[in-house]
Amino acid sequence: MRLSKRSALLLRLGVGVGLAFIYIPLIVLAIYAFNSSNILEWPPPGLTLDWFPKAVENEFAREAFVTSLKAGAAATAIAIVLGTLASLAVARHRFFGRETISFLVILPIALPGIVTGVALSNTFTQVLGVDLSLFTVIVGHATFCIVVIYNNVVARLRRVSTSFEEASADLGAHTWQTFRFVTVPNLKTALGAGALLAFGLSFDEIIVTTFTIGAGEETLPIWIFRNLFRPNQLPIVNAVAVIVVLISIFPVYLAHRLTREEGGAATARGGGKVEAEATAVP
Amino acid sequence: MATEAVVERRSVGHRLAGLFHGRPRLQVGALLAGPVGWLVIGYLGSLAVLLIAGFWTVDPLSGEVVQGFSLENFETLVNEPVYRDIVGRTVLIAALVTVTDALLAFPIAFYMAKVASRRGKAILVVAVLVPLWSSYLVKALSWRTMLSSGGVIDWALNPLGLSGPGYGQTAVWLVMSYLWLPYMILPIFAGLERIPDSLISASEDLGASPFTTFRRVILPLAFPAVVAGSIFTFALTLGDYITPRLVSNDQFIGNVIFNNISNNLPLASALALVPIVVMVAYLMVARKLGAFEHI
Repeated sequence: MRLSKRSALLLRLGVGVGLAFIYIPLIVLAIYAFNSSNILEWPPPGLTLDWFPKAVENEFAREAFVTSLKAGAAATAIAIVLGTLASLAVARHRFFGRETISFLVILPIALPGIVTGVALSNTFTQVLGVDLSLFTVIVGHATFCIVVIYNNVVARLRRVSTSFEEASADLGAHTWQTFRFVTVPNLKTALGAGALLAFGLSFDEIIVTTFTIGAGEETLPIWIFRNLFRPNQLPIVNAVAVIVVLISIFPVYLAHRLTREEGGAATARGGGKVEAEATAVP
Repeated sequence: MATEAVVERRSVGHRLAGLFHGRPRLQVGALLAGPVGWLVIGYLGSLAVLLIAGFWTVDPLSGEVVQGFSLENFETLVNEPVYRDIVGRTVLIAALVTVTDALLAFPIAFYMAKVASRRGKAILVVAVLVPLWSSYLVKALSWRTMLSSGGVIDWALNPLGLSGPGYGQTAVWLVMSYLWLPYMILPIFAGLERIPDSLISASEDLGASPFTTFRRVILPLAFPAVVAGSIFTFALTLGDYITPRLVSNDQFIGNVIFNNISNNLPLASALALVPIVVMVAYLMVARKLGAFEHI
C-alpha cells in the first residue's frame, strides 16, 4: 500500500511503541535472571551467571518441566483427534446444529479458566469420584485446546476442494483410503501448526491446572507459582523463565517454517492465506 | 504372519468403510460422537453441575452446604453493592484492556501484513509469538517488580519529576493489556493478510486518500478480526485472578470466586454464572459480526 511520508512515519512509531511495550518487561526479566542479589532492586547491584546452573540442577523444576511436557503432549493428542473429527463433520457435511459446533468448541477457551477449572474439578471429585491427578489436568487442557486444532483444520478443509476426495472415491478408494491418502496429507501442516499452538497453550496454563492437579504433582507454571514468593528461589525462577523463553524460540521457529513452506506451495494456489491462518491464535 | 495381519486389518477396514458408504448421517454421527460427547456431556455437564450448586446454600452455623433450591446467592449478588461494584469494575477493565490492545495491535498487525518486506514480516511474526510462549506468571511478576516503588518505571520516570502508577487498578489495566496483546495482534494480522492488495490499489486508483482507503476499505474488512481478537482480551481479563493479586489489592470477579471456593462453594458457583452469561452474550454478538471465521 502507498503511504504518505507522514503516515509511514506515524505507522513506524506505532509499531515501535507496540514492540517496546512487548519487549521491555521481557528484557527486565532477563536482566533479573543475572542479578547477583536475590532482592529485586533496580538497577541490580551486580551481575552473575550463578542462577542458570542452579536452575538446571533444580530437581523440582526439572520434574515440573517434564510433567508439563507430558500434559502438553497428551492434551494436544486428544485435541488433535477430537478437533479433526469435529472439523471434518462441519466442513464436509450438512446437519442440524452445525452452526452451534463452532460455538461449542470455542466456549472452553472463552469462559474464564477459573470457571472451567472449578466446574471440572467439582465434577471429577464430587460427581465421578475421580481423584485429581495429571490425568484430570490433561482432560482439562484438552478441552480448551480442541478449538485451536478445529479452527486450523476447518479453515484448511474449506480451502481444499472436495473434488480431490471425490476423485479418490471415483477411482475406487474407500472412505479410509481417501482419508489416509488424500485428506490427511492436505491437513498435515494445518495440524502441525495447530498442534504447536495447542501445546503452547497447555504448557503455560496455570488456572485450570491449579484446580485439576493432584496433590503430589506440579507442572512448570505451578512450580513457578509456588516459588514466586520465596525470596531464595526467585532468582532461580527468573533463570528458569529465561531458559523456557529460549527453548520456546525453537517451536516458534518450527511453526513459522511449517507455515512458510506451505505458504510457498499455496502461493500458486492463490494467496498467502495459509500463513495467516496458521498463526491465528489462540 | 505379518501379511495375514495386514490382510485381516484391511478387510475390517473395508467392511467398516462399506458400512459408512452412502450413509451420510452415520458418517456425521461417527465424526461427532467423540467431540460432541466430550464437550456437551463432559464440559457443559460440568458447568451445569456447578451452576446447580449456585442454588444451594451454606448453613451459617455449621458451615455445611445445604443442597436445596434457594435464590439466596443470586439475591446477595444483586443486592449487595460490593458485588455490583466488583462486577462493574471487572467488566470495565476488560473493556478498557480490549480497547487498549486493539489500538496497540492494529499498527503492528497492519505493518506486518501490508507494509513489511517478506523478511521483516517473518521476523515480526516470531517477535510477536515469542512472548506468547514465555510464562504468563513470570511476565506478570516482571511487571510486579517494574511497578514496585523504586522499580524500573519509577527509575525511568523520576528524572522527569514523575512517578509510576504503583500497584492498583491502573497497574491491572497495564499488565492485562500487556499480557493479552499478542492474542489481539495475531487475528488482526491474519485478517489483514486476507484483504487482497488489489482492493487497496483499486481504492487508491479511484482517488481515495490513504486515510479514506483505511476508513472505507481496510477497517470494515478487518473489523471481524478485531472482534475475534477482542474475544480473547475480554475473556482472559474477565476471569483472571492472579494478575490482580500480583499488582493490586482490588477485588475482581475471579478473585471473589477464588476466595469463596473453599468456604462457600454455592456463592462461588452463583458468581461463576456472571462471566458465563457475559461471555455467552459476547460470543453471540461476535458471531453475528463474523468474528468466528477469524479465530
